[in-house]
Amino acid sequence: MTRAPLRPLAPVLEARARGENPDRIERAERRRRHEALRDRQRQRAESRLITLAVMFCLLFGAVGMRMAALAGSEVARASHSGGDSGIVAQRADIVDRNGAILATNLITHALYAQPPLMVDKPRAARELAAIFPDMAAATLLERFTSDRKFIWLRRHLSPEQQQAVHDIGEPGLRFGPREMRLYPNGPLAAHVLGGAGFGREGVAAAEIVGRAGVEKTFDAFLRDPAQGGQPLALSIDLSVQAAMREVLDRGMEVTNARGAAAILMDVRTGEILAMVSLPDFDPNDRPAPQTEGDPSESPLFNRAVQGLYELGSTFKVFTAAMALEEGIVTPDTVIDIRGPLRWGKHRIEDFHDLGRELSVTGIVVESSNIGTARLAQALGAERQQGYLDALGLLDPTGIELLEGGARPLYPRRWSELSTMTISYGHGLSASPLHLAAGYATIANGGHQVTPTLLRRNRPPPLGPAVISEQTSRQVLTMLRQVVTEGTASFGEVAGYAVGGKTGTADKPMPRGGYYEDKVIATFAAVFPVQAPRYVLVTMFDEGTVSALGEARRTAGWTAVPVAAEIIRRAGPLLGLRPAVESRAGPAVMLASGQ
Amino acid sequence: MTEMVHGARAARPGDPVLPRWWRSVDSWSIAAVVALCAIGLLLGLAASPPLAERNGHAPFYYVTKQAAYVTVSLCIMLVASMLSPRMIRRLAVLGFLAVLVALIFLPVFGTDFGKGAVRWYSLGFAALQPSEFLKPLFIVFAAWLMSASAELDGPPGTAMSLGTALVVAGLLILQPDFGQAVLILFGWAVMYFVAGAPMLLLLVVAAAALGAGAMAYSLSDHFARRIDGFLAETVDPSSQLGFASNAIREGGYFGVGVGEGQVKWSLPDAHTDFIIAVAAEEYGLMLVLAVIVLYLVITVRAFLRLIVERDPFIRFAGCGIAALFGAQAIINMGVAVRLLPAKGMTLPFVSYGGSSMLAGGLALGILLALTRERPQGAMADLLRGRVPG
Repeated sequence: MTRAPLRPLAPVLEARARGENPDRIERAERRRRHEALRDRQRQRAESRLITLAVMFCLLFGAVGMRMAALAGSEVARASHSGGDSGIVAQRADIVDRNGAILATNLITHALYAQPPLMVDKPRAARELAAIFPDMAAATLLERFTSDRKFIWLRRHLSPEQQQAVHDIGEPGLRFGPREMRLYPNGPLAAHVLGGAGFGREGVAAAEIVGRAGVEKTFDAFLRDPAQGGQPLALSIDLSVQAAMREVLDRGMEVTNARGAAAILMDVRTGEILAMVSLPDFDPNDRPAPQTEGDPSESPLFNRAVQGLYELGSTFKVFTAAMALEEGIVTPDTVIDIRGPLRWGKHRIEDFHDLGRELSVTGIVVESSNIGTARLAQALGAERQQGYLDALGLLDPTGIELLEGGARPLYPRRWSELSTMTISYGHGLSASPLHLAAGYATIANGGHQVTPTLLRRNRPPPLGPAVISEQTSRQVLTMLRQVVTEGTASFGEVAGYAVGGKTGTADKPMPRGGYYEDKVIATFAAVFPVQAPRYVLVTMFDEGTVSALGEARRTAGWTAVPVAAEIIRRAGPLLGLRPAVESRAGPAVMLASGQ
Repeated sequence: MTEMVHGARAARPGDPVLPRWWRSVDSWSIAAVVALCAIGLLLGLAASPPLAERNGHAPFYYVTKQAAYVTVSLCIMLVASMLSPRMIRRLAVLGFLAVLVALIFLPVFGTDFGKGAVRWYSLGFAALQPSEFLKPLFIVFAAWLMSASAELDGPPGTAMSLGTALVVAGLLILQPDFGQAVLILFGWAVMYFVAGAPMLLLLVVAAAALGAGAMAYSLSDHFARRIDGFLAETVDPSSQLGFASNAIREGGYFGVGVGEGQVKWSLPDAHTDFIIAVAAEEYGLMLVLAVIVLYLVITVRAFLRLIVERDPFIRFAGCGIAALFGAQAIINMGVAVRLLPAKGMTLPFVSYGGSSMLAGGLALGILLALTRERPQGAMADLLRGRVPG
């Protein structure tokens, strides 16, 4: 563009000649230029606007094409893990050693309310209260009319209840599908199974988590979908468990005891075939943990595993076994048992006068504290501790229960007095399960056992030997004599050759010292003695029987008859053939054993 | 001035306002906007009940709210479209300054609603997103500055508008809201393009934008994550993008059926950013193409009507707003089909959202006011013997 002046000289001169204002010429020139500029801009804008329009057409076209391409393509799916082996139940079942169901799942529904969707709130509240007696119509209505949008009403419903709620026809009352843990046997194996509850809860599903017992210990296994719903097989035998619980419950009633526990264990494998602790509870409706009072009085407390008690004279068997194993005595060595045995300001006495001297067998059979203490003195603290440790009496049992971590209580400083009292079961507190494991070792030829609640599909290798086969045999003979002629005479069960040892220990007072009239009565039994298969530990807490005009608290009167009844009923269930035994049984056995 | 020109379609004295408005306004675009709003409500019926359920409202809570927004938005649009361009300019410039102040104070008074970016003012009953309103108002403001520089001996308005654009974009990036910042710069670039930018400069600016994007990628995690998600060759079927692509695939050409779609249950933003995926799943490609055509109609008609416009301000402002509107729709749908990296951007008039809806009404109202047919003095040119461009 050639530069043109705003005020061209010729027209200006012309205008001046005509006497006009030459500014008009400048204004006209400006106007012309402005219009020319605008025209130029508009021309350029025209092409650029068309470019823009085409560009937007292309972009929208591209989006449309891409949409069409996507709409015509295949759907990508998230790949599923696992095969098509059918739906795996959320939580695996728990079965006993024979496959009987101990815990399974039940399809049920949770009930919740969404007040914004409700049509007739007063009617819904009224009808719900009629279906569920524990709900009050007024409270329900109050909750429905509050500004809450979502209210859980029931964790699970029975089919009848669900139908009834459905029949209300209220759209704001809704059901969420649930799997619920069901224990078809009720309280039968309550402490073993423990129980389960809901973890995280959603509308469509809820997670089931173990709360206690094997449900808790094996929670991860039971919930692992990779297991393919394979059930967890326990060592428990449901029929034996049922028999044991029934007998023990009856025994508790008769002896008026505060509690009772019993354990039946395979001496070879350590499998627990039955384990009962009373009082118990229904795992389908597990009570809330006790917040006040003595937790060991709660039904949730597993006396067989969690309870630590001074187990009294049942320990004398261990002491005798140690002395025999160390070669200090033979079963017939005669020991001076004149009492009382004084040690510092302490006195050790026998329950009643047993005379001046007894053989080792006699000490066990007659249950002489003084005699056992003398054996312990001869052993010494170190050796005693070593044996007790090898028998598993100083450590937690390692049973697969959360509660099973109880560590036995014993004095930190293992004095000579401790050695003497522990030799007859005082000063060391252990659980009945510890006792069962110790007796299993004595009974199975001297090999350590690890108690377990899981079914062993093949027998585990023998544990390290604690005592010799011969010592085991000698002690078993003494145990048999305790039943045939000693304190456990009520323990005789025809055909099952029961051997065992009673223990009656005064209960310690919470503030120190011992009660005069409260005892823990224990009977540890082995049967059949010729070829021991099982150990049964039975324990009563504060049991009393009045017999022969007297209140009887010793194990021989409480734990022993109950244990005998358990063996009488469990023996056939375990497939044990009753053996006809000659009266001179022990002597014959001893001969055959050697 | 132009009303007095002989031969133009003159307004008779006492000519009623509404008929005159109706004769001159782009009724096709109005129809397209109404159609988009209707589609938005239709999709909201399907897409929002899951969200309402999650938030504990009645199923159609959000549809009801959206219907209210639509009503208000259309009213704003119609009222704004009746204003004269001069009035539009005055109000918009004032409005722009007010919203700019609001944007500046956002970090102090705003909330992020737990979404990781402070973009909203909470008013209790509703949330306002100033950046939505800022876009059309900024365009008008920048067009005003640019048109001033298009005059003989005018001020350096283009440079000033660029400065404004950079400041606004900077404020948006601070939130962070890269999508809106890019839109603002894009709008400014379109206006500059129409105002006659040298081609060489356009190329340089494009290169600079790429460079800025690369820098943002390396400096901001928020940005980098989204770009990475876009660049990943195989899309994770359980990500938002994966759900969206699958929904479009499920829908096919004719959709899985009204209310049968599943994607609305899995996508948290089904009713806003990914509404097109819901449309594609339930109604198929047909509805999606219809939506695209509606946006295309509004955008391209605005460009074509602006070709005859002589006033540079009107031309700049009009094409800036049209470009923003079209670009926002393209970006939103482009994200759903993975043509573009994920951005939190609504689909105008279709997505749920008060701010987006009202600001959309405002933008379209301004656009309609600017694209109204008005005498352009062509006849006067002919009479004066000038050759019209």
